[in-house]
Amino acid sequence: MKPNLILHVVAKFLIPLIILFALYVQFHGDFGPGGGFQAGVIFSAALILYSLVFGLDAAEQIIPPQWLRILAALGVVIYAGVGVITLLLGGNYLDYSLLGSSQIAGQHLGILLVELGVGITVAAVMLIIFFAFAGRGRT
Amino acid sequence: MIDIFINVTLLAFLAITSVAIVRMTNLFAIVMLYGIFSLLSAGLFVVMDAPDVAFTEAAVGAGISTVLMLATLALIRNQQKPYYAEAPQAHRPWLPLIVVAITGAALVYGTWDIPGFGDPNAPAQTHVARYYIENALPETGVPNIVTAVLASYRGFDTLGEVTVVFTAAVAVLLLIGGRRPKPAVKLKDKGEQDEA
Repeated sequence: MKPNLILHVVAKFLIPLIILFALYVQFHGDFGPGGGFQAGVIFSAALILYSLVFGLDAAEQIIPPQWLRILAALGVVIYAGVGVITLLLGGNYLDYSLLGSSQIAGQHLGILLVELGVGITVAAVMLIIFFAFAGRGRT
Repeated sequence: MIDIFINVTLLAFLAITSVAIVRMTNLFAIVMLYGIFSLLSAGLFVVMDAPDVAFTEAAVGAGISTVLMLATLALIRNQQKPYYAEAPQAHRPWLPLIVVAITGAALVYGTWDIPGFGDPNAPAQTHVARYYIENALPETGVPNIVTAVLASYRGFDTLGEVTVVFTAAVAVLLLIGGRRPKPAVKLKDKGEQDEA
């Protein structure tokens, strides 16, 4: 692919900001707008921008497709695992109040973990779908 | 006042974009217009105080799905010829026009009974919304009620949604995931063998 200087410079400047914003939306979702779904798609948009500018092979070196498959499953496991932990602690499934010393602390930790699981799965799934579509044209 | 002006401007651009999409025949331009349509919708969601939805619409609608459609276009462009040019004009446009007019009139009639935007007496606000607004902060300690409802009160729903997203990835991987080294050559060889 023929390198385009303007695209490269602008993308290198923008991608860290997009990833930072995704992390902000992920971990600040309790207080501001956003959450796991939004953070996941914004994070994957940053990596898709990278692979559009620098090529698919360079992007696959950052995150190999095998990792993406593991990560997509890992997010669901984190989410469902929080529910199983609350079951083992003697509560209902996904009853976060038992996770912490008080109800508020437990709810806070539970929501944070669950949103993390959502974010990991959504980001990995978006990238899997993008790599699957974009990889078809490769000879 | 400024809200009405922004709303009217965005909705007018939405209408113009959709008419342009219908009348356009260049697939590349249509995909770009889809992206613009999503971006305008995201702006509309921001005006309606739904930044969460606007994030998703801007990232997925305007960004990722546009890229996916471009990737698909890159695969089919050279093989697919536009069929609309040669399509016979046998049908009369009157029947579809009448159907669309009646359906549109029914939808407009239906909007007369919808409560106004943000009406506190609307059925959607009177059922469980009051409970969430009053109890979400003391019960979960999370100031953002949307996150509290999504992750805590409706945790089962969200688990189901994440599973749906995961299933979508599994389906895509099963359908078009694997690397296929030069399928075209294989098909050609097979065709020649069949002819022989």
